[in-house]
Amino acid sequence: MLKQMEGSHAVAEAVALCRPEVICAYPISPQTHIVEGIGEMVKAGEIANCEFINVESEFAAMSVAIGSSATGARTYTATASQGLLFMVEAVYNASGLGLPIVMTVANRAIGAPINIWNDHSDSISQRDSGWIQLFAETNQEALDLHIQAFKLAEELSLPVMVCMDGFILTHAYERVDIPTQEQVDAFLPPYEPRQMLDTSAPVSIGAMVGPEAFTEVRYLAHEKQMQALELVPKMAEEFKAIFGRDSGGLVRTYRTEDAETIVIAMGSVLGTIKDTVDEMRDAGVKIGVLGITSFRPFPLDAVRQAIQHVKRVVVLEKTFAVGIGGILSTDVRTAFAGIDILAYTVIAGLGGRPITMKSLHELFEKAGRDDLVPLTFLDLDWKVVNKQLARERQQRRSGPAAENILRDVSTTAANLS
Amino acid sequence: MSFQPVKFYQTGTFTVGNRLLVPEERSVQANMERTNSLNSGHRACQGCGEALGARYAIDAAMHATNNQLIAANATGCLEVFSTPYPETSWQIPWMHSLFGNAPAVATGIAAAIKVKRQKGMKDDVRVVAQGGDGGTTDIGFGCLSGMFERNDDVLYICYDNGGYMNTGVQRSSATPPAARTATTMPVGQQPGNVFGQGKFMPAIAMAHEIPYVATATVADLRDLEHKVRKAMTFRGARYIHILVPCPLGWGSASQDTIKLSRLAKETGMFPVFEAEYGELTNSSKIRRLLPVEEYLKPQKRFAHLFGKSPAVGTIVRLQALADKNIRRYQMLDKEAN
Repeated sequence: MLKQMEGSHAVAEAVALCRPEVICAYPISPQTHIVEGIGEMVKAGEIANCEFINVESEFAAMSVAIGSSATGARTYTATASQGLLFMVEAVYNASGLGLPIVMTVANRAIGAPINIWNDHSDSISQRDSGWIQLFAETNQEALDLHIQAFKLAEELSLPVMVCMDGFILTHAYERVDIPTQEQVDAFLPPYEPRQMLDTSAPVSIGAMVGPEAFTEVRYLAHEKQMQALELVPKMAEEFKAIFGRDSGGLVRTYRTEDAETIVIAMGSVLGTIKDTVDEMRDAGVKIGVLGITSFRPFPLDAVRQAIQHVKRVVVLEKTFAVGIGGILSTDVRTAFAGIDILAYTVIAGLGGRPITMKSLHELFEKAGRDDLVPLTFLDLDWKVVNKQLARERQQRRSGPAAENILRDVSTTAANLS
Repeated sequence: MSFQPVKFYQTGTFTVGNRLLVPEERSVQANMERTNSLNSGHRACQGCGEALGARYAIDAAMHATNNQLIAANATGCLEVFSTPYPETSWQIPWMHSLFGNAPAVATGIAAAIKVKRQKGMKDDVRVVAQGGDGGTTDIGFGCLSGMFERNDDVLYICYDNGGYMNTGVQRSSATPPAARTATTMPVGQQPGNVFGQGKFMPAIAMAHEIPYVATATVADLRDLEHKVRKAMTFRGARYIHILVPCPLGWGSASQDTIKLSRLAKETGMFPVFEAEYGELTNSSKIRRLLPVEEYLKPQKRFAHLFGKSPAVGTIVRLQALADKNIRRYQMLDKEAN
């Protein structure tokens, strides 16, 4: 059924259709509307046989999820940013134990400086945690990916993060197609755990493993993610057969035929990039887009397949590894090892800075002329940066950098008006 | 033929001779019904109070729940000595996740059971969570308070040996004042752990007004079993705090574990009581009040108080803490004394 609704609410509806059994909620922007929506549905009895638990922290949220998942309940939670970092110990634990928890990450920047707006720093920081990470481009895809996530998680006994851009998607009102309960039931079978705390067959879960077996246990987690590389596209096909929509998969190409330049990105910014590429295609520029849906496992073969004929790749990422630059681009480079392709890393949209078509136009044109430095910061205000650097050279006690920079920025803004 | 007189009371305890008790209250050394939930063969030290406490507590909980019990365990000695894969001493469904999250994991288990029961898929299964004092009063405190506050249907058992023994005897917020640990060495102006710090978790549990809070020691295992069984008659959050001597960390003889547990209570250093919904309902009375030195002296962690020149001032301060416990938890039977 087509409905106009907020992205968060669409996700709440999707989770409800998946017949969740335990949901842990702790508020953090921009995720909060999701658990609010689910909480209301549980309280109103619209989700039958479901425990909604208001926990005292994200660490507790993931820990409660670990307990309920290990007892055989289909378990969901959602978080973002600082909340994800606060639960990190339990995030690793959930995947190490092989518990198929599904969690939405409403992608948001990580402080300091504290910032509630969107980038991908939070979930990307958990790239090695053993969780599968799927990135949604639209609200429809966010909704669809949650349904696929439960099936994927439970089939592999691995937890799955569905990542959607905070505010840009979570708070955007868009038209979404809400599936019927019959469709979801046909796609998603009841959860049958591989391991379970069960009084009729007692097991010890989570005991100590020494050097004699640790590597094998860890390798198995990798093997599971390699299985996910097969399973994710298969699941997208099954999804299409029932729901009639293309959603999910490992990667998605857009106008990559005969492209000399391919822009690689994740999440909602793909929309802006595609619009820009459309305009440039109209002007005769051979440029295309590769959207990465599955960040973990990283689809090396699919990426290699998509880019092997191009001259250059521009990886536009909403993350930043201080001290080296790109994170997604490092993974992309691994995909084309041995192929001679120019690769540019562009750090963009940090802390919610808008990524405009105007800036992308300039960027892609420069890339086309190979006039880009290997590491570019889109729309970085060098004047402000240099002013602060000068201040630090002049004064030992130069004060909090973030405050200085904001003051400089507002002075500039005041002068402009 | 020599004549052996029948003794109805054992010296120094309140233990009544078995023959005077109704059969269900008699203590037995071996019982076919005992589940041995924490089975033999584990790697606890000789004289480990925690192993003894856990064995009796969990068996009692199993008995009270008709063997329908799941346990969540914090990281620590109990977890390490009982389960190096592929060995496990646990005969019950048991889970270890992290150091600081056992109460939350137990909440999750209880929630899952509740849902399964609503769906008619499961019999009633009860949940215990357990950890040492570090996992309870320090790193797991937030999750424990959350579990209490929500009144989740979990019995949490803390085995308090007054420090981080698994990592090599460091101070926790349950370490008594003046005690030597690896991080409160007996050097400087105030040797050992400082006064005026630390927390007594049972009192904090009572402040949450949860249905049932109790303390116990491994000196009186029947009392411990009784309290665990009683805890299982309540729904909602319950807390049992058991004093468990650690020969390694306390520097005590392994055969003195029971004796020290008894002395902790008899000196007032550790109050044994029960509380329901935030109010004290019962205190185990001190049989023969002893000065705190009797408890402190056999432990090397307090050895610096008893050198050539005893630290009288420190001992007086510890005695004052014991006296306060005695007052606050009504540890003296007014009629008897």
